[in-house]
Amino acid sequence: MSDKVKVTIDGISVEVEPGTTILNAARQIGGEIVPPAMCYYSKLQGSGGKCRTCLVKVSKGSEKDPRPMPKLVASCRTTVMDGMEVENITSPEVVEARKGVVEMLLINHPLDCPVCDQAGECSLQDLGFEHGAAQTRYEFDRRTFERIDIGDKIQLHMNRCILCYRCTYVADQITDNRVHGVLGRGDHAEISTYIEQAIDNDFSGNVIDVCPVGALTDKTFRFKNRVWFTKPVDAHRDCPTCSGKVTLWYKGEEVIRVTARKDEYNEVEEFICNTCRFDKKNTSDWVIEGPRAIANTSVISSNHYETLKPLPVIQQNPALMAANKEEFERTKKS
Amino acid sequence: MARRLLFEHINVPGINTFDVYRQQGGYRAVERALKSLSPDDVVEEVKKSGLRGRGGAGFPTGMKWSFLAKPEGVPRYLVCNADESEPGTFKDRYLMTHIPHLLIEGMIVSSYALGANTSYIYVRGEMMPQIRILEKAIAEAKAAGFLGKNILGSGFDLELYVQPGGGAYICGEETALLESLEGKRGNPRIKPPFPAVSGLYGCPTVVNNVESIAAVVPIVNEGGDEYAKIGIGRSTGTKLISASGNINKPGVYEIELGVSVEDFIYSDEYCGGIANGKRLKAVVAGGSSVPILPANLILKTVNGENRLMTYESLSDGGFATGTMLGSGGFVVLDEDACIVRNTWNFSRFYHHESCGQCSPCREGTGWMEKVLHRLEYGHGTMSDIDLLVDVAKKIEGNTICPLGDAAAWPVASAIRHFRDEFEWHVTHPQEAQKGNYGLAHYADPLPAIAATV
Ligand SMILES: Cc1cc2nc3c(=O)[nH]c(=O)nc-3n(C[C@H](O)[C@H](O)[C@H](O)COP(=O)(O)O)c2cc1C
Ligand code: SF4
Ligand code: SF4
Ligand code: FES
Repeated sequence: MSDKVKVTIDGISVEVEPGTTILNAARQIGGEIVPPAMCYYSKLQGSGGKCRTCLVKVSKGSEKDPRPMPKLVASCRTTVMDGMEVENITSPEVVEARKGVVEMLLINHPLDCPVCDQAGECSLQDLGFEHGAAQTRYEFDRRTFERIDIGDKIQLHMNRCILCYRCTYVADQITDNRVHGVLGRGDHAEISTYIEQAIDNDFSGNVIDVCPVGALTDKTFRFKNRVWFTKPVDAHRDCPTCSGKVTLWYKGEEVIRVTARKDEYNEVEEFICNTCRFDKKNTSDWVIEGPRAIANTSVISSNHYETLKPLPVIQQNPALMAANKEEFERTKKS
Repeated sequence: MARRLLFEHINVPGINTFDVYRQQGGYRAVERALKSLSPDDVVEEVKKSGLRGRGGAGFPTGMKWSFLAKPEGVPRYLVCNADESEPGTFKDRYLMTHIPHLLIEGMIVSSYALGANTSYIYVRGEMMPQIRILEKAIAEAKAAGFLGKNILGSGFDLELYVQPGGGAYICGEETALLESLEGKRGNPRIKPPFPAVSGLYGCPTVVNNVESIAAVVPIVNEGGDEYAKIGIGRSTGTKLISASGNINKPGVYEIELGVSVEDFIYSDEYCGGIANGKRLKAVVAGGSSVPILPANLILKTVNGENRLMTYESLSDGGFATGTMLGSGGFVVLDEDACIVRNTWNFSRFYHHESCGQCSPCREGTGWMEKVLHRLEYGHGTMSDIDLLVDVAKKIEGNTICPLGDAAAWPVASAIRHFRDEFEWHVTHPQEAQKGNYGLAHYADPLPAIAATV
């Protein structure tokens, strides 16, 4: 254990490998002391540092050099030192600064949640709910762009983009030839594919999953339903291209959407291929594993387990029925 | 007459050519360094000289050089930052236009000191004439044996390249510059790692301003100790100041650090006083990024001392009453200047130039620009002024690179010192369209110190 370093976040200590970022140390602790991350994505190298929602205060630099850091730091890109003490939700300064960042992210965001497919699973919506003010102080026109189709399956709604760069890292790292990137500067910068070239790649659909907002959405799912009326079920298939491990989103008996499996930080467990995502929308294409665990604070869970009338696919499987019952009890308790 | 180290021969006809430059004693520093000094000796001289980076931040150059990592078998690079795009700053362009060999000579000596065999001069894309001038100078130096393989028989090899920049202010930020030099989009990198460890192509790199590199020439010629005798305290040597605005003699001046601001503005050796017999209202002392100060605070510190052209004296009083030497872009505003308009103009620049990576800078610069525009055109409200202060505060210190701070400071300082002028734009919207607030009390003698305790 001696090579591990100790860091204390909001009074809770944890020992982590050297080189771990404050954010990942916080995730090892878990719970509400974990800073929100809109741009960092653990599976995408180089991501993070941009959105500034994960700001924290380092009140003690390390055992060797206890001086506090002069400015708030981006926890996703700052590595821990032994003896470091960090304040997140216990620091009014951090809470205030984060509120400021959320306000900045929202000034040009269209606030069209009622017609946005991401609503209900949007990190910005959650963040705005937790930190945002009820009223905007921004009294100018928001910047607007035309919607762009990136191929026939993905739509880019640039108005909603927060320029987290995640999708460009996917284009860089997951797909083998890059046709997708950032054009322009500042608040007039935009995500684009040159001359609206379609991204034609087996893994391009992952840009939808990494997008924290409703800027990149699945055209095959567009306006089909609100996510909180759908029921997520984990399933897999024997896929020659990817792991084939996905979440199916059911409406009634119909699979209306396929996504990768996302963890509590909204990150996918494994990237999936376009065939699994866009072309396999029958229950018969899949081996069903069980209901997807969704945080009980999420709106998605609000509709799931209030009755013991599970999906037909689940009813046929005793193990799934047991799991469903457990979820039901859990929801009722909280 | 003050001593001039960089511009001593600037008025000699033909000094832009190799032959004339050489006749005036040019390339002596290369001979001295390569023949009688070790690379570490050169670094030591630069340390002794107390030279501080002339690009804006004022970081000691010798110290920066000594931080350069030197792993075995990995090339090291020296990159000269000639992207000069800060509003109010035009000294590097002047130097490169008129005495390009000074920069080439500095690059050779500095590359030798750092052990770099390939060095780059990254020139702002719009400065095509200067790019041509430098390319010609490099060819001349190469023909004379000062560049290329085995320079002066010393065994030291150096190739020097000029790279036209991408045409964005942000590419002057050192890590954005390196990205751009690598052929990528010029987004600043997140530090650490610092360029000294992982810079150009992931190799240890030093980025220095044109003037910093040129200053190495007199330091090597005369010795670091001699150089350090000029100036005051930790502000040693000479500094190029780009003087502009409402003055009689705009231009680039080489000053000995320590000249008083008053002398610099009013003496005939430098700016020659305010143009058209007007009175001084305000000064932006170090390029658009530094806090603006009213006439009374730029001439005297709150303690009643004369303010001097040094790093320390200009920043005396911190953000409350001081400013910074920055890159030496000295912009003088007379009594007819409108501070609101000037602030709006600066914020328009930062809004246009933000790279857009960090949310506070991307969104906040545009927001400030819009609010300032509204104030300037008579549609503002009193709460807009506080809103600006708040938005500036939310950008400052919360971004990847210092452009966020550079955008916030001019706004915050203008409101701090000229709040009544902003309020006047709200209370007298019609008049503000036609006339100006004027000098008001901005040149009044400062209150006695007792009031500030
Ligand atoms: C937005 C921005 C623009 C900059 N532009 C320049 C520039 O045009 N020229 C320059 O020398 N330094 C510029 N700098 C400072 C550089 O990042 C760097 O500090 C400097 O080149 C280091 O050289 P020095 O130590 O010799 O001053 C800029 C910094 C920022 C944040
Ligand atoms: S489109 Fe989505 S993933 Fe891409 S930068 Fe914008 S918000 Fe991020
Ligand atoms: S502070 Fe502004 S210019 Fe600098 S990296 Fe962030 S967005 Fe880009
Ligand atoms: S998650 Fe750390 S800055 Fe965006």
